[in-house]
Amino acid sequence: MGLELYLDLISQPSRAVYVFAKKNGIPFELRNVELLKGQHLTKEFFLVNSLQRVPTLKDGDFLLSESVAILIYLSFKYKTADHWYPSDLQARVRIHEYLGWHADRIRGTFGVSLWTQVLAPLIGAQVPEEKVKRNRTNIDKALQHLEDKFLGHKAFLTSQQVVAVGCPLFEGRPRLSAWRERVEAFLGTDLCQEAHGPIFHIVEQAANKTLPDPSPEFYPNMLLRIFRIP
Amino acid sequence: MLVQLNQTAAGRTGLRLAKVREGCTPHWLTPQRGGALLLPLLLSGSAVIAAPAMGLELYLDLLSQPSRAVYIFAKKNGIPFELRNVELLKGQHLSKEFFPVNSLQRVPTLKDGDFVLSESVAILIYLSFKYQTADHWYPSDLQARVRIHEYLGWHADRIRGTFGVSLWTQVLAPLIGAQVPEEKVKRNRTNIDKALQHLEDKFLGHKAFLTSQQVTLADLMALEELMQVVAVGYPLFEGRPRLAAWRERVEAFLGTDLCQEAHGPIFHIVEQAANKTLPQPSPDFYPNMLLRISMIP
Repeated sequence: MGLELYLDLISQPSRAVYVFAKKNGIPFELRNVELLKGQHLTKEFFLVNSLQRVPTLKDGDFLLSESVAILIYLSFKYKTADHWYPSDLQARVRIHEYLGWHADRIRGTFGVSLWTQVLAPLIGAQVPEEKVKRNRTNIDKALQHLEDKFLGHKAFLTSQQVVAVGCPLFEGRPRLSAWRERVEAFLGTDLCQEAHGPIFHIVEQAANKTLPDPSPEFYPNMLLRIFRIP
Repeated sequence: MLVQLNQTAAGRTGLRLAKVREGCTPHWLTPQRGGALLLPLLLSGSAVIAAPAMGLELYLDLLSQPSRAVYIFAKKNGIPFELRNVELLKGQHLSKEFFPVNSLQRVPTLKDGDFVLSESVAILIYLSFKYQTADHWYPSDLQARVRIHEYLGWHADRIRGTFGVSLWTQVLAPLIGAQVPEEKVKRNRTNIDKALQHLEDKFLGHKAFLTSQQVTLADLMALEELMQVVAVGYPLFEGRPRLAAWRERVEAFLGTDLCQEAHGPIFHIVEQAANKTLPQPSPDFYPNMLLRISMIP
């Protein structure tokens, strides 16, 4: 069995892995794990990854989770172009420097909008206005930092999540906007549309009230995730 | 001077790390087992420049878990550096003086000549390559190496931000008269318990260390987060014999003296707080502290 990637394209790290593999022509079998249906919590998926997270890579007997680990693995194994993860020490650790900050200030922040605007309402839960406000402030601060402190360095994770729910985060940020265009131009329009389709579609369905309800068994997990919003 | 200088033995290298020639992958960076480590300056063809450069500087506060991981790694591996103490409780990381060092205003920060780097994982990787530390820390074997990144990804999500909370709820918030809602304290304990369960079951299992049979960067990062909670008196190793044994193995490997040195400040802070001898932070720093407290989920 060749390389298998267990993903859900509504998840940011899943998209990063997907886009990387596609862009670099890495052959793989896509295993769709639908998060909104709680498929990552099933017994079946537990056997694939007992951490119950996507993305997960399966390469023969070798199982690996966590997007950064997967991206590094793929970049070495498939000898992708040096620029993705340079062999130059200083260039390489700059990526880890960005990713460390990203784990702290981007992850957990940029995914919140989807929860507050789409997923919580879907199960009749409400995120306190105070938290929504705090999240917007955190997003703005992070974007400022991204633009001022990091722009110019290669970073391969994007924040399409927020754009999908209609937050005009590139407005008034011409440098960030130009960066986004450069990244998307490099990746190619088709691939971007393919990868970003599901998250935009989810939001559209929510607006049209055609988004299917998650199964009630999944509510506790969703509520737990909502509580974790700072 | 706000930033205290602790001059240790000179860490002057006099050698500038030359850029690796494009397209040439030195084999100390390829995932092959047992590759000898070559300094990239030999590949550049340029002469060795004996410039009077400042040695390696590490800007740290041992109250901070990632700072401790970097400190311990450097010390354990005999990496010469000058320690620059940046006192977080005095808000020194927010000072104008520190801003030119790291505009992200975070510790730990490394300064190697003109090269400035923040984020503990980045710093640890940099040090491991530059000082050619033993392979087990960050193996050249691809699968072994990405296991560390797998751990660190999960760690960033479930350990960071979780294990540091206890110090805030029990020491730092009360210090400025702020209170963390009981609901959040309770949630944090649950998160800690869940994370420890995962750590023990999914990562440690029956191995000696978190990602392999030898100590890696993962163990160091994990230990320091756990120590943050141990310092405030939470008996997290009780009822967790496998995790307790792992901690002993890591500390035995690092050495008691080094551990005591690194963990001293955090235990001391807690002691001072208990004796009510912990100095008040400056009021300028309260808004930042309150912001941090409000970010507790």
